[in-house]
Amino acid sequence: MIGKESTVHATQTADEQADVHVISPDVSTARRAFRYDLVLATIIKYAILLLVTAIVMAPVATAILGSMRTTGEFLARPFGLPRNGIQWTNYTNILESDSFWTATKNSLIITVGVAGINIVLASMLAFAFSRVRFFGRGLVFNILSFGLLFPLVVAILPLFIQIREFGLIDNLWGIILPLVAFTLPYSVVILRNFFIAIPSELEDAAYIDGCTTLGFFRRILIPIARPGLAAVATLNVVAAWNEYFLPLLVLTREDKWPLPLGIMQFQGQFGTEWALVMAYVVILMVPALIFYMFAERYIVTGLTGGELKG
Amino acid sequence: MDIPFIPVLLISHLAATLIGGLGLRLLFASKNRDPQYGLMLGAGVGLVGGLAAVYLLWLSFAYLISTRTWKDIDAGVDPPLLTERTKRDIAKTFTVFFLVIPGMTVFFLFVLYPIIRAANYSFYDWKGFGDPTDYVKFANYEKLREHKVFRDTLSNSFKLMGLSLMVQLPLAMLLALLVGRGNLPGRRIFRFLLFVPYVFSEVIAAIIWMYVFHPTSGLANMTLDAILPSYTNIAFLGEKEYVLYAIFTVVTWKFFGFHLILYMAGLQGVPKDLEEAARVDGAAWWQVLGRVTMPLMASTIRLTVYLSVLGSFQQFVIVQVLTRGGDPYNTGHVITTYLYKYGLKHLRIGYGSAVAVLLFAMTLLFSLGYQRMLMRRDYQEAGR
Repeated sequence: MIGKESTVHATQTADEQADVHVISPDVSTARRAFRYDLVLATIIKYAILLLVTAIVMAPVATAILGSMRTTGEFLARPFGLPRNGIQWTNYTNILESDSFWTATKNSLIITVGVAGINIVLASMLAFAFSRVRFFGRGLVFNILSFGLLFPLVVAILPLFIQIREFGLIDNLWGIILPLVAFTLPYSVVILRNFFIAIPSELEDAAYIDGCTTLGFFRRILIPIARPGLAAVATLNVVAAWNEYFLPLLVLTREDKWPLPLGIMQFQGQFGTEWALVMAYVVILMVPALIFYMFAERYIVTGLTGGELKG
Repeated sequence: MDIPFIPVLLISHLAATLIGGLGLRLLFASKNRDPQYGLMLGAGVGLVGGLAAVYLLWLSFAYLISTRTWKDIDAGVDPPLLTERTKRDIAKTFTVFFLVIPGMTVFFLFVLYPIIRAANYSFYDWKGFGDPTDYVKFANYEKLREHKVFRDTLSNSFKLMGLSLMVQLPLAMLLALLVGRGNLPGRRIFRFLLFVPYVFSEVIAAIIWMYVFHPTSGLANMTLDAILPSYTNIAFLGEKEYVLYAIFTVVTWKFFGFHLILYMAGLQGVPKDLEEAARVDGAAWWQVLGRVTMPLMASTIRLTVYLSVLGSFQQFVIVQVLTRGGDPYNTGHVITTYLYKYGLKHLRIGYGSAVAVLLFAMTLLFSLGYQRMLMRRDYQEAGR
């Protein structure tokens, strides 16, 4: 017990040790008693964290372990190590099927399309709303931010009619354009925050040196605001990659389906083959995790609305 | 002579768009082609062509009212055709149009215009083919009020909202206090792991949990069986007493990471020396938390409450996949899955639009009321 206490003491940060010097001796004995509490508090904190993390990770672990075993093993014990060796066939079955790669291709097209078009349109709008003064600017911006209130799910029905009237059923553009439209308000709001934060002296200097408005936008603002653009692009990639509802309605042909529809169809077909379904799940989890590891700070920046910059 | 360019342009532009749109609509209708296309085409041509037309008109107008004569030009006095200000205005107008028109067009076509049309459809009994002709006034809304399933659905959505506010947000706050700051070793790893579910798509989350909640071999039943004595397996997704809590579990699992991130960002804005000062003055940890930290986090909390309320009304994918579209016996619906099943699947567009309009109205009223009453201060602070 004493040993533990002293290790905690040793890990105190420098500024807290500095505090001890400032405070008079009798308070410092009170602080020693406090340290004992600190050990208890640390244990409780770890207990809570470990419990919650275990609950949170359990389904993920089940999926991963399940995908490595046979369905029989999985049904007998949902949580257990693969005792009969790792069942690679679960994965190869999926990775060798054409429908998986078609779905991957469609998902990639949708994701790249949405992120690319969105970033171009949103940065242009955000620039106009933050750096160019024009008549009716506030009104147009308010109309756009009205869109923040209505995510795609809420407006799906009239949107479906609209897409049908444009003849975009079974067409990937019928996914890309509406997704761009619905992600546009949030992208613009974040980018606008980034653009506003860039000092106006820079703008004045550029104009004095003979830069046009668009020249300033293209040559100076965009390169400076690159972290903001990355954050917006990241959020759009995640949203487009995961979109399920719109493709469900708009795409009726199987060869147009993206991965979320692909896995639902697979689940419907092989629902009783637990191990196979979990293998599909794991195959989709891996790229998401890798992407998250590399883009963590951009995701954080994007989610906090550009307030917390990575 | 110097007439302000931009207001003139805007007015003529509006006129060009309206005339183009309505004109082509009439023309298309008389030639038995889709008047909708005419309207869109005309408005588009008016919007783009109007700019060019106004520019040309302005130039010729400038020639007409120009005061320069051959004598001036011979004398080397050459007053410019357009004043500097007008030139600047024209350049700026083109810039603004170039920047704003593409994005706003996409936004208008796929967000604003459909929403406006939905309000109109909700007064018709319409199957979604041809023009809506069967005007039924408020019949769709009355049918909605009388539908028992819809009442269950509404109560589900409200329960989901209440549970989110009472369980999900406090949980996220607790975890944010633990891993968001301080010097707990390993907090970065916990933070990473806790945020993992948010990264997966909702479809994946729902599929995993479908197996976790399996009535006989699922992880949930197995675990509870191991912990609790005399436990009998529950079909979480098959019984109406449990289905809402099952949905709530998955929604929390998937989305608490988002609130965690927001709270962690908020905690970074709490000045450390204020809490330290309170501690030195002898405040216990719960007093520091309740009197110093939480009040400083108020704006973040207000924001997460707002997002959480909207989010729980807008859940779709998780519920749709978990309950296979409203199982058991249509008690597992939330508003959006109800809309999907009763409005879209059978193409009862009029009825579905009524649901959508109700959802819009609720969202809008809540947003405006909440922002006006509680969040206005936050905006003012942010704008300072």
